[in-house]
This record gives sequence, C-alpha cells and structure tokens, in this order.
Amino acid sequence: MYLSPLLFIALPLAAAFFTVLLGVRLRVLGYILASVSAITLLLASLYASYFVQHLPSHIFIYKVGGWMPPLGITLVFDALSTIMLVVVNLISLMAGLYSLRYIERYTDSWKFYSLFLLMIAGLNGVIISGDLFNLYVFLEVASLSAYALVAFGTEAQDLEASFKYAVMGALASLLILLGIAFLYSYVSTLNMAEIAFVLSGKPQGLLVYFVIMLFLAGFGLKAAMVPFHAWLPDAHPSAPAPISAMLSGVVIKTLGVYVLARIIFNVFGMSQKALLVLMVLGTLSMVVGALMAITQRDIKRMLAYSSISQMGYILFALGIGTPLAVIGALFHLINHAVAKSLLFFNSGAVEYSTHTRDMDSLGGLNKRMPVTAATSFIGSLSIAGLPPLAGFWSKLLIIIAAVQAGHLAMALVAVIVSIITLVYYLKFQNQTFFGALRGTLDKVKEAPLSMNIAAVILALICVGAGLLLVPSMRPILERAADVLMLGSGYKDVVMGGVR
Amino acid sequence: MEIYLLCLVLFCVGLYGAVRKRNLIKIIIGLVIMEYAVNLFLVLIGYRLQGRAPILASDQQVLNMVDPLVQSMVMTTIVIGLALIMLVVAIAVRIYEKYGTFDITKIRKLRG
Amino acid sequence: MTLIVKTITRLTIGIIFIYGIYITLQGHLGPGGGFAGGVIVALSFIHILLAFGKDVGMRKLTQKKVLFLMSLGAVVFLAAAVFNFTMRHNQEAYTLHAEKFRIFSSLFMPIYDIAVCFMIGTGLYAIFLALALFTAENKE
Repeated sequence: MYLSPLLFIALPLAAAFFTVLLGVRLRVLGYILASVSAITLLLASLYASYFVQHLPSHIFIYKVGGWMPPLGITLVFDALSTIMLVVVNLISLMAGLYSLRYIERYTDSWKFYSLFLLMIAGLNGVIISGDLFNLYVFLEVASLSAYALVAFGTEAQDLEASFKYAVMGALASLLILLGIAFLYSYVSTLNMAEIAFVLSGKPQGLLVYFVIMLFLAGFGLKAAMVPFHAWLPDAHPSAPAPISAMLSGVVIKTLGVYVLARIIFNVFGMSQKALLVLMVLGTLSMVVGALMAITQRDIKRMLAYSSISQMGYILFALGIGTPLAVIGALFHLINHAVAKSLLFFNSGAVEYSTHTRDMDSLGGLNKRMPVTAATSFIGSLSIAGLPPLAGFWSKLLIIIAAVQAGHLAMALVAVIVSIITLVYYLKFQNQTFFGALRGTLDKVKEAPLSMNIAAVILALICVGAGLLLVPSMRPILERAADVLMLGSGYKDVVMGGVR
Repeated sequence: MEIYLLCLVLFCVGLYGAVRKRNLIKIIIGLVIMEYAVNLFLVLIGYRLQGRAPILASDQQVLNMVDPLVQSMVMTTIVIGLALIMLVVAIAVRIYEKYGTFDITKIRKLRG
Repeated sequence: MTLIVKTITRLTIGIIFIYGIYITLQGHLGPGGGFAGGVIVALSFIHILLAFGKDVGMRKLTQKKVLFLMSLGAVVFLAAAVFNFTMRHNQEAYTLHAEKFRIFSSLFMPIYDIAVCFMIGTGLYAIFLALALFTAENKE
C-alpha cells in the first residue's frame, strides 16, 4: 500500500488530540479537523478496499514497528475488514457533516468532536487489528467515548442512560478480558492467527467452550443480542442524533457482530455449537425487537428497538453459516448501517425542527419538511424490505439461505418479522409525515442544509446499495464472505501474508 | 489451582455487586472488584515459581522469569479501568445532582 | 486543613514533585517510567489541592492549562510513536541503546516517558479537579 496503514488509527487520534489542544480557543477547529480527517479516512478506506481487492491473495498485513507477528502487533487488511472500514468511515463522515449545525445547541462543541474522533479511531482499530488484546484496547477506546457521548446532553435521562450503558459495557468488556486471559493461558499467544494455529493442534477441551461462552456473552452485550439488550433502547435514543446514528449504524455492528464473527469463524474455526447459539439468539432478537418496537411512541426508541430486531437478522444469518447466508448477513449489515443512520438523522431533523420525538404529537410533516420526509420514507422502506430497495435483497438472501440450509421454521419467523417491521415503519411514516398537519406544527421549518445533504446522500446509497449484487460488483461481498467461510484456514492466509 | 478459582470467586463477588445492588456507588465498587479480579488473574497466569522480574541488562542473565506480557496487559487494563471508573463516578455525581438519590429504583425516567 | 498539614505539605511538595520527575526520566534505565512518574507528579498537585483547597490548586494549574498539557503530551507521544513505527527502529531502542546512568540513551524512549508523564500527571489531576468542582457545585 502506498499509504501507511497506521493512518486509520493515528489520523483520528491526532485530530482528537489537536482538537483538545487548540479547540478551547479556536472553536471552528474541531469541525475542520473532524471533517478533514473523516474525508481522508473515507478516501483511504476506499483505496485500501480497492488495493486489497486487486492483490492476488486478497490480504495485506502490516507489521507495526516491523516486529514479526508472534512478538509484534499486526494490522490485517482483508476483504472483510476493508469493507467494514468503508462502511464505518462513510457513516462517520456523514455524521460529521450532519453535526455541523446539529451540535450548535450544545456548549463546548470541541469536546463533542474530540470524543467523536476518538470513537472513530477505536472503531477503525477494532476492525483492522489482528491481535486480540490490541483489539480489546481499541474496543475500550470506542466504548468509553461512546459512554461519554451518550451523556453529552447532560439531561437527567441522558445521564441515566449513559450510566446504564457504561455499567453494561464495562461488564461486557470485563467478560471479554476474562475470556482473553483464559485463552492466553491456554495458547500462550495473542495474535489471532497464531491462536487459531495453536487451537487447531490442541484438543477442544472444556476451556475452549468456556472461552467461547465468555466471548458470546461479552460481545453479545456489545451487540445487544436479546437477553443482553436492555441498555440499547435507553442509550441510543439519549445520545445526540449523529451519535445515535453512529451507535446504531456502526458501533454495535463493529464492536459486536464483526468481532464476534471474526472470533467464532476465524479463530475458533466455525464452532458449530457457537453458531447454533448465534442462530437461536438471533431469531429471538428479531422477534423481541420487532414486538417491542411496534408499541413505541418515541421515534428514536422505536428505531433503537428496530436495531435490535435487524441485528437479529444479521446474527441469525451468520449462525446459519452457509456462504450465501454470510453474504446475506454482510449485505444486510451494510444496508442496515446506511438506512438506520439515515433514519436517526431524520429523527434528529424532526427533533431539531419540532423539539419533540413523540409520534402522537407529530403529523403531516411532509408538507413542511419535504426532504426529511422523502429520505425517511426511502430509509423506512429499505429497512422494512420493500422490493426495489437494497434491504429487500439482503433479507431475501438471508431467507433463501435459511430455507436452503433446512431451517424452515426460522425462515418463516424471519418472513413474519419482516412483515411486522413493515407495519411499524408504516405506522411511523403515517403518524409523523403523512396525514393532516397539526396546528402546533404550522411554523415548522425544514432542517438546515448540511443535515439534509447528509440525509440525501445516505438515501441515495440506500437506493443504490442494491447494485452490490450486480455480477460485476458481487465479488466485493463474496470475497468478504469468503474470509469468514475460510474458518480456521484464515491462519494459513495470514501467516502466508506475513512472510 | 485454588488460587485461580479464588480469582473467579472474586469476579463473581464483583458481578453480584454490579448486578444486584441498588446503590450507584455500590455498583461502581462491584465493577472495580471485577476489574481487579481479572487483573489478578492475568498476573497469576504469568507467574512462575521462583520467577524474577523480566528486566534485561547487559551484565545479567535472565533465566527463570515471569511472563512480562501479562504485566504490560495489566498496566493497560488499569489505565482503561481508571478512565472507565472516573467516567462512571462523574456520571454518578451528576445523577445525584439531578435526582438527589443514588438509589437506582428511584432513578427511572426511562421506561419501556 | 490544619496548620500541621499545610506546613508538612509545603515542606514535602517539592520533593515529591522532583521524585516524580526522577522516576520519569530514568524509566528507560530501570524500574519506573512515565506512568509511575506521572502518577507521583499528579499526586503532588493533588496534595496541594487537598491541603490548601481547590482555589489555590486552580491558581497553580488552571483547567485550560491542564487540558493543554495533557493533549500536548498525547500529541508528542503519538508523533514519536508514528515516527518510530514507520522508521522501524523500535527493536534497537528497547535493547541495544540503553546505557546505565545515561539519560540521553535508548533513542526515543525518554521522549515517550516524558510525554506519558505529561498525560498521566495532568490527566489524573484533571480528573480529581473535575470531581472536586462537581462536588463544590453540589454544595452551593
């Protein structure tokens, strides 16, 4: 690669530190640094994706400081991690653009931007790290800034949600750390490829299952799988809208699903029992999230429950474990990241203009806020899975894969849940944007331009993401799925790439 | 062997505190206990009988040393834990400012 | 605080501070380093805060200065780390170049230590200050 892979971590970190260094006096600096680094990171991740796709082995390994892997830390760029990098940096660029005007109503915007940049650094680090403990450190960087950002408004609800989130997140992190400690005591290495190598030579004792269980609980908490989901519907609505979009769009996916998939598929070599657990909990998440979402009146709370439900689809598809299902899971992950961020942007725009998120006191906003109404319509239909939009294709892939693998009952559940999803999104559209305009909302104005631009770009991606299934684009997803489907063959690829 | 189990017992004590207690400060203390249990466990993993500190100098030969990797891991987790605990304590202080209580059963503006 | 505490603090504070700096600067030669030294430096400031109250402490180091020094340490550390990672002379820095009783040996290690000392020292002090200010606001 012509650019140093350290860029993905060092640039947002440097921007965050400079924001603190000079942002106290220069208020604009935070915004400038955040947008410049977000644009650079998006371009760099697109370049990294392009670069990795055109390598013969589809993997690029950077040895930090030139140390060889068992001693040093590796940064692994393969088809899967680069696709995640593109998604994360795209959403963070849009969130940065969106927060230009949105964040004005809070004091001390430089604090917001430095925490935001730290979160991006943590997410990028989690994605590209090839070392288990390094991954844990970046996970903590991302989660700590997320806890602080949830409490950014410092209203009573924000603090309460942030406390709940922080305690649950800390619990999850400690379970993960305990898992890492047990694993290290068993295999004596922290490099993920090396761990897979050592594990394949040793018998799979009880300890390995215990470690898998710890990781499932820890990352399940981070991903808000159903028995562990209680914090999410509080934390995501309480954050400022761009952060809600980041949290629901990329943070739970990166810290939860991506790492869990990496560890279960690549480190533990597709352990069938873990996949079964993922499948069952995924189905449970789908159903519970959808059923809870249908009764909500707060827009953001409904969207948060919908996140749980859609994460259920992704986990369910990963649990099926066939190549088609994994492609479906990744595609759904991308679609949901884009569409859910878009919807959180829209809910933030509604709140910005009307100062309320209660669906009962809204109505007929499509006459006053046409851009927000149109983009949220596209986003809702994409998540609900109506045919021309990308969300339909990913759900279709998942359901076809479930049927092919013989899980007919769960496929039926997935279909029913997608109908429920359509119902509550139509209810949201109907109560918020359609119908007669309420008298109290007569003077509502459209949200500022920068917020609308971010929403429109994401809506266009929502429509266009279906193109990823066109034959010429499909290899991107297929190669990413291949990385997971390699199972413990991942270690050979990484070790081949190191030399 | 027992000593590793004791670490897990300590972890469970912390877990009980974090999950079952109603007072915000007690929850935080539960988290701290959990973190220290994990740190203790990490250090004990790297311990060898009669092992010495792994400091390399030109005129010394280090033969029987404890694992330095886990020790640096513990350093990192202590710093992370410090940041986390301070953040949580700051939030708890602000919560007390808003609600006038540390009891989580009375801090319930969020429902559903 | 009482007169005894104030007097003892006045006598010991400089020694504690200098000891922290000593621990920081010999980190690449023996046990110690930026983290331990930074904690001691922070403790000396916290000592002032406890003995003389937060107003005196704030006069020595204001919140803006603390933030500035903390992020300065972070920026310096990051710059040194990125430079060394790309130049790839970390391996030598750890083993070959450290000479006993020489502060300026071992390549970039002293810079890391000093930067970490800035971060930890001011960071811990900032945390303490923030909590002290919170509780002070509560009482009013």
